[in-house]
Amino acid sequence: MITKTPIIIFQNVDKYYGNFQALSDISIEVKPSERMVICGPSGSGKSTLIRCINGLESHNYGKLIVDGVEIFEGSKDIIRLRQEIGMVFQQFNLFPHLTVLENLTIGPIKVRKVSKRQAEIMARKYLGRVHIPEQAEKYPSELSGGQQQRVAIARSLCMESKILLFDEPTSALDPEMINEVLDVMVELADTGITMVCVTHEMGFAKKVADTMVFMDEGKIIEVAPPDKFFSKPESARCREFLEQILEH
Amino acid sequence: MSGNLNYNWRWDKIPNYIFKYHTGREEWFANVLLQGLIITVRVSIYASVLALILGVILGIARCSHNLVVRMLARTYLEILRNIPPLVVIFIFYFFLAEQLIQAMSVEDWSYKVAKMENNYLWEFFCGDMRRFPSLVSGVIVLALFESAFVGEIVRAGIQSIDRGQREAAKSIGMTNFKEMRYIVLPQAMKKIMPPMANQFITLIKDSSIISLISVQELTYKTAELVSSTHMIFEAWLTTAMFYFVICFGLSLFFSKLEPDK
Repeated sequence: MITKTPIIIFQNVDKYYGNFQALSDISIEVKPSERMVICGPSGSGKSTLIRCINGLESHNYGKLIVDGVEIFEGSKDIIRLRQEIGMVFQQFNLFPHLTVLENLTIGPIKVRKVSKRQAEIMARKYLGRVHIPEQAEKYPSELSGGQQQRVAIARSLCMESKILLFDEPTSALDPEMINEVLDVMVELADTGITMVCVTHEMGFAKKVADTMVFMDEGKIIEVAPPDKFFSKPESARCREFLEQILEH
Repeated sequence: MSGNLNYNWRWDKIPNYIFKYHTGREEWFANVLLQGLIITVRVSIYASVLALILGVILGIARCSHNLVVRMLARTYLEILRNIPPLVVIFIFYFFLAEQLIQAMSVEDWSYKVAKMENNYLWEFFCGDMRRFPSLVSGVIVLALFESAFVGEIVRAGIQSIDRGQREAAKSIGMTNFKEMRYIVLPQAMKKIMPPMANQFITLIKDSSIISLISVQELTYKTAELVSSTHMIFEAWLTTAMFYFVICFGLSLFFSKLEPDK
């Protein structure tokens, strides 16, 4: 069903922090509207991988093409490209000095040059989409973690980007708030936006993923559709990992 | 040498050197000490504004991604921080006053203003226009010196902002400039306010140094008064009280402004 040209292409990408190799020989493609879930033990390079996509980290070797534009360190295109790539962080990273509404509109107004009125209409629409329309005038510190993360999701939606990146969006949340965020993400998955998620939430992954990726020690170990990935993973390491996290 | 202090106190004369009644014109006017105080306040306010602007630029430069910019800012800072203020001020002064101010013919211009009829506005902001060149060099010299410290405060403020804030700003497509302008600086400024207020008070005290380059502020006027009247203790104690009241008053005022912790 997915036959279009890939929107994200990694070709033999390597990334070093000093002598430590964080990514090694990564080659993978994400097609438009594809929903990819990346999992793996901590330190396996999955966050680094996803942060390369919008240039928050730069790779050292290999080729990375996003939305038809090659990304490299110091590339001028990356700033324009980031408007097309939303990102949701583990620590939410909402702007504490701005209200929820201002958090959502500052990107459209200052970056996309949308009028304030237009931006606010859009912001309220997306706040409705993440089920907290009544919190627009509050400051982030007045919200619960789950609500903050949903505001962060709405903030990336307001940029009307083509790609959404999620970097462990539920890892910093109290358990009772995880589902409210996952529910929003499941709803988003149905809208046809391209999603790349780093997460340990395997229930979510089974529900929405088109492709599962398992990483370890900076390498991609396994790429498979979820039914195959969860029922009979090929590599022993992936099997071990899944047993560990699905045990409880 | 006797054990007694052989000094003829003349405290009664001091009020006259603050306010004096002009019998001819039948009005009170500000005499030397108050004149000096007014110039001190003026110089301090202008120098703080200039130091704030320079300091913010310097602070941002200190956090720049560009190594050359960072090194230039660091050099400026270290030079100013490791040379006594008096030496810095003499060097800057002879460069500024002797070269720059003459080159820009500020002097001619200010004399022209001084001769104009309706120069009240100029006088209000700059005092006696014939002394304008010395006011300008005093302000610049003081601002340059204080900007190094303001720059360090700004740098600390910028670096105290969580990395995630900058990443979030980048991820919605902000340029480095917008990220600074809309995300980092507004948050940093809040943290910067208390040390900045302290630095302002320090600047008022430091401003006494520019009396040595003939800016006619409080310290300069007091020295003048002392040499003409020999009221050494009275004059200097009065001046000390002026500085103390202003600086301590400001520090109480600023601590009121700070939110309770």
